[in-house]
Amino acid sequence: MWDARDEPEEHTLARFEEVMLPHMDAAYNLARWLTRNEHDAEDLVQECYLRAFKFFESFHGGNARGWLLTIVRNTCYTWLREHRADELSTSFDEDIHSTEADPFDPQKLLLRRESSQLLSQALEELPLEFREVLVLRELEGLSYKEIAIIAGIPPGTVMSRLARARTRLKQCLSTLINKEG
Amino acid sequence: MNCADSQAALPSYLDGELDPLRNLEIEQHLQQCAACSQTYTAGQTLQTAIKTGAPYYPAPANLRKRIRSSIRQERKGVPVFAAMPWRWLSLAASVALVAIFAWNVVPRPYGLDTEHLMTEEIVSSHVRSLMASHLVDVSSSDRHVVKPWFAGKLDFSPSVVDLIDHGFPLIGGRLDYLDKRPVAAVVYQRREHVINLFIRPAAHDADAVRTPVTTQGYHLLSWTRAGMTYVAVSDLNTNELLEFVRLVQAST
Repeated sequence: MWDARDEPEEHTLARFEEVMLPHMDAAYNLARWLTRNEHDAEDLVQECYLRAFKFFESFHGGNARGWLLTIVRNTCYTWLREHRADELSTSFDEDIHSTEADPFDPQKLLLRRESSQLLSQALEELPLEFREVLVLRELEGLSYKEIAIIAGIPPGTVMSRLARARTRLKQCLSTLINKEG
Repeated sequence: MNCADSQAALPSYLDGELDPLRNLEIEQHLQQCAACSQTYTAGQTLQTAIKTGAPYYPAPANLRKRIRSSIRQERKGVPVFAAMPWRWLSLAASVALVAIFAWNVVPRPYGLDTEHLMTEEIVSSHVRSLMASHLVDVSSSDRHVVKPWFAGKLDFSPSVVDLIDHGFPLIGGRLDYLDKRPVAAVVYQRREHVINLFIRPAAHDADAVRTPVTTQGYHLLSWTRAGMTYVAVSDLNTNELLEFVRLVQAST
């Protein structure tokens, strides 16, 4: 009787690993960009998988990556609220600078040898909510609809937030490049 | 399509979010309009720059293994020692003598001041952890297994550090109860000596290091750092216990 009980559990575990483990890179990449720290990202992704396993019953097939990334996003936000509350409360104001004209031609960026490092730095300096949508859109290649579900915002907000994020990123790049001369 | 419409729709076009009809309209407009075409090129350049320039961080190689083992650990929800009686017995044998001896010479509390009672309580907890079959709830030398185990069981996240290179291997973690609230006990080892490191949120936020206490042959070192209070207790000699404390402080 006890042995019989274990069998479906083994099956669930096997199915969980088959469905969710392939998305570990996506989970880690998002956690790494949100926390900006590799060790914290590792711990959080591990925590996410434990959580995901616990709630695996509520996953009814479909977009496994989106489902997992929603957990990653929420777990990271909870963690950031606890450990980096200052970043969350002060970082994000959608209105700041959002109406300024584009000051920066991205072509300038491509001409520079260290463009990758500049981009990385500029992206890291972006407020969390901007960084999040850009990473999901450009690095993960997700649609507005998928991002909307993960970030818990309407698709229209994804679009406007992406626009502001790109403007802010360009401002950030421009500042970095000017600083270097 | 006019320029205003085109400028508004360009980001969605670049993101591949328009329907085929709108795509066609905007493509036709771009062929005729230099200004919009320039906006389009700039947007595309930025996109390409992010996609190819910003790092995509793949999961580290060992993470998969960690995750798989932590899920199995969590699923069992039982101390691993229970499943490995012989291993538990050998560890028990090494500490039982010390513990029984210590228990016999424990003097009753002299004073009633809270500090003293607290010391008593911590030593009792330490001794109890050595005697009963309850040294650890989660047995692992991997901090990435031990630390997440506490998640959801405590309303704070205790730090668990890897000190095996310094000769203090991690044994595991345990939920304990001190001063009327649950605390984390992280268990390390030095040769045959067990070190219990109790961790809980501090009553007062100020960083502090308390005077070391020795009672019944056990040494207690306590400090507060970044809002958490730590108490290390062991029968290990003070010098090595101090070394342990410094290492913990250096990595928290």
